[in-house]
Amino acid sequence: MKYVEEFRDPKLARTLSAAIAAEAGSGRSYRFMEFCGGHTHAIARYGIEDLLPANIRMIHGPGCPVCVLPAGLVDAAIALSTQHDVILCTYADLMRVPGSKFDSLMKAKARGADIRMIYAVTDALRIATENPDRAVVFFAIGFETTTPPTAVAVKRARDLGLTNFFVHCNHVLTPAAMRAILDGRGEGSVLLDGFVGPSHVSTIIGTDPYEEFVRDYAKPVVITGFEPLDVMQGVLQLVRQVNDGRVAVENEYSRCVSRDGNRVAQAMMAEVFDLRDSFEWRGLGEVPHSALKIRDGYAAFDAERHFGLDLPEARENKACACGEVLRGEKTPSECGIFGNPCTPDNPLGACMVSSEGACAAHWTYGRFRQGEKPAVRA
Amino acid sequence: MTRTGQPLDIARGQVDLGHGAGGRAMAQLIEQLFQAHFDSPALKRGHDAALLAPPGGRLVMCTDSFVVSPVFFPGGDIGALAVNGTVNDLAMGGGVPLYLTAAFILEEGFPLADLKRIATSMARAAREAGVDIVSGDTKVVERGHGDGIYITTAGVGVVPEGIDIGGDRARPGDVVLINGPIGDHGIAIMSKRENLSFGSDIESDCQPLGDLVGAMLAAVPSTRVLRDPTRGGLGSTLNEIAQQSGIGIELDEAAIPVRREVQSACELLGLDPLYVANEGKLIAVCPPDDAERLLAAMKAHPRGRQSAIIGRIVEDERRFVRMVTGFGGTRMVDWIAGEQLPRIC
Repeated sequence: MKYVEEFRDPKLARTLSAAIAAEAGSGRSYRFMEFCGGHTHAIARYGIEDLLPANIRMIHGPGCPVCVLPAGLVDAAIALSTQHDVILCTYADLMRVPGSKFDSLMKAKARGADIRMIYAVTDALRIATENPDRAVVFFAIGFETTTPPTAVAVKRARDLGLTNFFVHCNHVLTPAAMRAILDGRGEGSVLLDGFVGPSHVSTIIGTDPYEEFVRDYAKPVVITGFEPLDVMQGVLQLVRQVNDGRVAVENEYSRCVSRDGNRVAQAMMAEVFDLRDSFEWRGLGEVPHSALKIRDGYAAFDAERHFGLDLPEARENKACACGEVLRGEKTPSECGIFGNPCTPDNPLGACMVSSEGACAAHWTYGRFRQGEKPAVRA
Repeated sequence: MTRTGQPLDIARGQVDLGHGAGGRAMAQLIEQLFQAHFDSPALKRGHDAALLAPPGGRLVMCTDSFVVSPVFFPGGDIGALAVNGTVNDLAMGGGVPLYLTAAFILEEGFPLADLKRIATSMARAAREAGVDIVSGDTKVVERGHGDGIYITTAGVGVVPEGIDIGGDRARPGDVVLINGPIGDHGIAIMSKRENLSFGSDIESDCQPLGDLVGAMLAAVPSTRVLRDPTRGGLGSTLNEIAQQSGIGIELDEAAIPVRREVQSACELLGLDPLYVANEGKLIAVCPPDDAERLLAAMKAHPRGRQSAIIGRIVEDERRFVRMVTGFGGTRMVDWIAGEQLPRIC
């Protein structure tokens, strides 16, 4: 595959691996957080840990949209689909995320709720057009990457004069979550030496929003692509910044990310969405100014206002350490229920659901490492 | 005129409840569509049960149901799949496939023209696989109670002397082979799904494997395991073998054949080709000293030209399947969890 294989070349991987090992050979340790689930997945799927020296520890961040969705919002989605006779459209990842009392959208669907797994928000618009007598709700999740398409859908629904299309907006913002981690929000903070910065999110927001982490927190950020060579190059750049005592935002993913990002998408998001005062994240708790809601001008498409959901307080599974894992305080295998009984077949916590979740990635790709040395070294 | 009266209006007709009611309409359907195409002496006798001479030796027997959607897909259809699926299950038991039965559950309103196309395709597949469709059944369900057509086939075959195939027979040191690129069937189907359609020339690999297995077992009778990696793909099937044999498997990702188009489609959809379905592939496990001979026999057969050695069996009481990635690291290849869900960002 052109433009993909080039970024998975094993020879270059060995060269980079040797360069990282040489430059990180000072005896100190390095703790880098990859914010995005996409990076977590790439690290696990390509076995990148085997190509990094033991003194570099990758900490998996909260950048997995379904993982950070609190149980209460899963309950809201279930309630919408079961109590309001709507057609609920959502991305497939959300289907198995546990809400309160072990319920999920998958189970609600089995009980008869009309839930459609879609690949693009335009599918939800089509379903609304085809079912004028039914209310169609798009349960929108995701970071800045999936937000512009939702904005397009809302605008398009207005242009089409649709009165049966609604969006339940749960879009969240990356810089706010990074800030929350560095502020030690939640029960504790982590000592990080730098961030492997988001790739797709940054195509939208650009590199500028990360400058605050350099300025206010003195943390290096290297915006890094999702391919395995990108990840290794990103790590190398972080090691160099740490070794040189430098702190900067660097852009490894310059083939897609610019300083300003995608201004058209940003304008569209600003037109349709407004900042929420606060939003609850699984693992991080309430984080100020970390999510978006639908602006008053588009209130007619806002499922929250239209259906006025009033739900009992949700309970997370107490034994689940998703919070600590999402904050980087625990590795997945340090959670008491990791693997027993929590597995991708029977997820009790959200980190075990999405393939981008830290626990699912470790269970699916990396658990053979527990208690033994890696089989392959570059 | 036929024995059962007026010919069916194949071009415009549809299945109705009468076609499953046991009367003349059903007899017409069976005679003009199924008996006419399947061309089996046992079937033509018109009994519910086929009378067959015992073939001698050990028998293998299996059954499988087919509910694929869409019914017609690039490289095949539900009919060819129903024949090849069962033929291949027999072959994976080391058997030479002999007889099939076919049961149809048809939804009221299903076009007779489509049914004819499917029956023709089944007949072609059966001829190619060298099996006889000797008995059948037809039921019609009301509109809305089925998805057009479901087919269940059952098969019987005979296992030659000296052959002992089983999922529990892999031993440390053994070699793992595959007969060609993975993921073609699943991607061909997905490319035609209503909410997912994307332009692609990928065709299903749907094909009978009895012949290839015959050639393999003739060359290497000591072959220990044969399995077709259908639903759940190569990854899940290897986990079955690891589980049943109580061993571990080490794969070499770079050696696993995957078509470029399939790889691209998987990238696009966030899928892993290791878990995408195949309908014309087999995994073989044999002792290390026989591996090159088995590979040569597979490559010499038209259904195994792109065969490759993809891994080996190792001792591992945890029964893990691991893979050295093309990138140079190591990862597990776990059982598939649920359906493969596309990633959203």
